[in-house]
This record gives sequence, C-alpha cells and structure tokens, in this order.
Amino acid sequence: MTPVGEKPLTKNMRPDGSAVGIRAYEQAGGYQALRKVLRGGTTPKAVIDEVKEANLRGRGGAGFPTGQKWSFVPQGKDAPNPTYLICNADEMEPGTFKDRLLMERDPHQLVEGMIVSGFAIEADVAYIFLRGEYVLAADRISRALREAYDAHYLGKNILGSDYSLELYLHLSGGRYMCGEETGLLNALEGKRANPRSKPPFPPVVGLFGKPTVVNNVETLCCVPHIMNHGAAWFRALGRTQDAGTKLFGASGKVKRPGLWELPMGTTIREILEEHAGGMRDGVTFRGLLPGGASTDFVTEEHLDTPMDFTAMTKIGSRMGTGTMIVLDDQTCPVGMTWNLTHFFARESCGWCTPCWSGLGWAERILKAMEDGQGQPGDLDKLASQAKMWGPGATFCALAPGAAEPLQSALKCFRDDFERHIREKRCPWR
Amino acid sequence: MLTTDEIREIETEAARYPTRQAVCIDAMRIVQRRRGWVSDESLRDIAAHLGMSVTDLDSVATFYNLIFRRPVGRHVIMICDSVSCWMMGYDRMREHLGKRLGIGLGETTRDNRFTLLPIVCLGCCDRAPAMMVDDHLHSDLDLQKIDHALETYR
Repeated sequence: MTPVGEKPLTKNMRPDGSAVGIRAYEQAGGYQALRKVLRGGTTPKAVIDEVKEANLRGRGGAGFPTGQKWSFVPQGKDAPNPTYLICNADEMEPGTFKDRLLMERDPHQLVEGMIVSGFAIEADVAYIFLRGEYVLAADRISRALREAYDAHYLGKNILGSDYSLELYLHLSGGRYMCGEETGLLNALEGKRANPRSKPPFPPVVGLFGKPTVVNNVETLCCVPHIMNHGAAWFRALGRTQDAGTKLFGASGKVKRPGLWELPMGTTIREILEEHAGGMRDGVTFRGLLPGGASTDFVTEEHLDTPMDFTAMTKIGSRMGTGTMIVLDDQTCPVGMTWNLTHFFARESCGWCTPCWSGLGWAERILKAMEDGQGQPGDLDKLASQAKMWGPGATFCALAPGAAEPLQSALKCFRDDFERHIREKRCPWR
Repeated sequence: MLTTDEIREIETEAARYPTRQAVCIDAMRIVQRRRGWVSDESLRDIAAHLGMSVTDLDSVATFYNLIFRRPVGRHVIMICDSVSCWMMGYDRMREHLGKRLGIGLGETTRDNRFTLLPIVCLGCCDRAPAMMVDDHLHSDLDLQKIDHALETYR
C-alpha cells in the first residue's frame, strides 16, 4: 500500500465541524492500535522501538525524537513509581491553531494515542494539560474520556489486560509559560509556572518528582497510526528525511487562511501558494514566520525549502509548530516585531534576567521606534539584546524563542527599521 | 466560607492529584465560576481548606491570566492581541469596543455588564481577528459583528 496522499490525522473529521464520537471512531478502525498492543505478546519496549523506527519527532515545535524521549524513563521492578504521561495541550504559541482542531474534531484519536503511549512508558496516571480558553475542546475531551472509561479503554485492567491507566483533564489557569515542559510540571503541581533547572530531565525526575513524559497533542495523535500501519509506512508518508504527515497552517493576509494535513517536507511555497491561495489581492508578500511566533523570519529566497525539522534548521529558522504567520507589504515589520516582543515580555514568568529585564527593555525600544522616538544606536542595542537571550543564558526556551523573530527581523527588514529612526515616524501609519 | 457545593467539587478534583496544593488552581477556578472572582476572603478560605499559606496561594493566583483577583463585570470580553489578530485589525476592534463600552483594557463598565481584557493568541488565527466573551469564541470580527455580539450579552 502506497501512503501517498494519505491523511491519517484528519481522515475521520467531519465537514460540519462536529466531533467524531466513540462509535464512529471505532467503526473507522479506532482503538485497534490499543487492542493490538494489549492483545499480549507486545512489550512496552516493542512500542518504543516501533516509534523510534518510525522517526516520530515532537510536533510541539522542538522536534525531539519521541521514542528516544520515552526510552529515558526508568523501567523495571526497581523503577520509581508512579510514572506520568502528560499531553501538552497548552497551545498558546501565537499563530498556532493546529492542536485545537485535533482535540475538537477527533478527541478519541488523542485519547487512544495517550493510552498506547502510556503503555509504552508504563505510565500509571496521565493528564491532558489544556489551556483554559479552549472551552469547546474541554467539553469534547471530557465526553470522550467518559466514553473511553465506559468502554473500558481506561481504568483498571484495560480490556482485561494487566495494564491500568487513569487519564484526567486539567484546565490551565492560563500563561504562555505553562507550555514550557518544566513550567507545565510546576503548573500541574499548583505552583507558578517557573521553569526548572535541567538536568534532571522530566523522564527521570518530573511531575511530583516522578518519571514523566510530556508530549504534544499532534505527536500523541500519530502514535496509533504508527502501531496500526508500522514504522515504514509512517516514514514513507513524509517527502523528506523527516517522517509522517504534519498539520500545516497559514494566517495573515493570504487568500485562504487555514490548516492542511500534508506530507512532512512539503515546501513553504506549496503551502503558501497552493493551499493558502497566495496573497490577497492588493498586498505583496514580504516574509513569514514559518512555525509560530518563536521562529526566525523567512523571505522569498527560501520559499522552496521543505517544511521539516532538518531543512528549516539549515536555512537558519525552524519548522516550529508548522503554522506560518505571513507578513505583507501593508503591515509594518517593526510594529509586528514590537507585537511579538510585547507578547513574550508579558507572558514570561520573569524568572531569568534576560527575560524580565531584556524583553521589557527591547519592547520599550521597539514601541518608541513605532511612536517616532527611535534613536541612532537602537538597532545595535536590539541586536545585542537578542544575542543575550540566546540558548544557554536562561533556564528555558522562552527568551531564546523571543530572540528568533527579533534577530531575523533586524536582518530581513533592516531598511524599515532604519527608516523609522531616520524619519522619526512609522511610515505605515 | 466555601459552600458545600464548592468543597464537593474541589474534593472531586483533589482525588486526581497526590498533593493538596496541586488542586489549588482548580479550586480557584471552581470558586471563581460561582462568584465571578477570587476575593481576599475566598483566597483565605481556599488556602485554609488546602493547607496552604495565603501568600503562597496569592502568588499562584496572580500568576495566571484567567484567575481574577479583582471583581469583573457579568460578562468578560477577552480580545486577542497576538500577532495574527494584530495584523488583521486588532487595533480597530479594540478602539471600537472601547468607544462602545466607554472603557479601556482592564476596566469594567459602570453598569457592571462588561469587563474588557487583553488575551494572548486564542488559536483562531485563520479566522482573525477574534475575541472571547465568557465561554464563547467570536471570530472573523468586524465592527458590525462586535455590535451584534455585545447585544446578546445582558
């Protein structure tokens, strides 16, 4: 069977926007992956090996190999318990709206993905950490969980096997910082979502000090399909060295903003021009953030780059969440950079100096520039700030993420920044 | 004093976590859903119920965007000011809301009907600009749509 054109993640979704219920999910082959791994003969290690072999990489943005992350969890009789599995459903990266689709339209796919993944790491308890604003997703997941418990897919001795798992939904109090892996752990423990020092890493010392795996919604949704069809099939779904399909999206002044499940490695140009329909009439393309707010700007010369973890890193950006934010010529790039920096400054937990001091400083410089009060030397200040927020200077990736759009905007749109300072005004206002 | 209902709901949540503190965010949300916000008195009651210090609980409460430590109106409008909505007309939407309601961000109308707050990306970027009113998402906003939406909340 050739996997070309297959869309495993979205194939069951209904055009009317309603959720796939348990009956329809089962009729479409749902919970077969769970039955397969629980039937006996499949070990947790075999599931981890299959996911490793499939080359599944984390869809939350960082692209860490999922099977490898799972294999860090201590196993065996002397391993600490309980072990926790957490679904990171705190989708708050600006410009990102992919996990919401998966949770609202096919919640059982996520639930099955979590049970199979839970089996792989021998998890006892699992939580879905969902952002509080996703009210519809919360309703639909709650219902799916009730249905799954009633069908004995969850709880003690699932489907008569030795495996037991409790799965709970947690609604976040709301803050971008909660989406950071260790900030999330603190939030679930009822604390401020400050990041933790690593090592130790969560698979060894995580939630309540116990082994914990945190995976993104889309990552977990891939797992049942890998177990049903095999690693080779999953790898063949991608067009490049990175495996599977990916939910790609576009927002901004394009003709058809939206989300599409496409092969990993589909080029930026194909997503932008064929799926999003190109730019709206009357506006011209200037650049885009390929995968959410915390990725570097990409301009015209790189539009033929395949969207995958490897190729996007090579051109100095990242695939991130795969949902691109498109900048047009009618929108001020300095204003956009200010908006992004404002977001990071507000949502930071304020734990490390580059964040609490640097982000606020850069935000004020950018705001002044927009208001016609830019000073010579501002651009050097901003560039040196962005360097200071880089990896290694902070406990978590928030400040390094904030540096990506800023440092790349300074390079891609230098003339526009200089014009703001020279003319003492925003030319777009 | 926490009501019997509130305590029952908090304890249902508490059974899902190994520590009492872990449920504190849920507990504040449970109380806020019934009372609109978390007052100093509520904060003291929740802290006592969970065996936490009031200061510690307040440091958690003030960290999270969706926990209100000041009274809000009957309906809370949260308007997305993140990048896609900003590009698609956030400024005009906010100005219009401000003019219609006579308030700025963080303020409540005199008749206590609406509180206007900024919120980060609502994950509705393909239908920007967007806002939430209470539990309802309003997307592809324009000035008429905002006027119409406001009418439905009394």
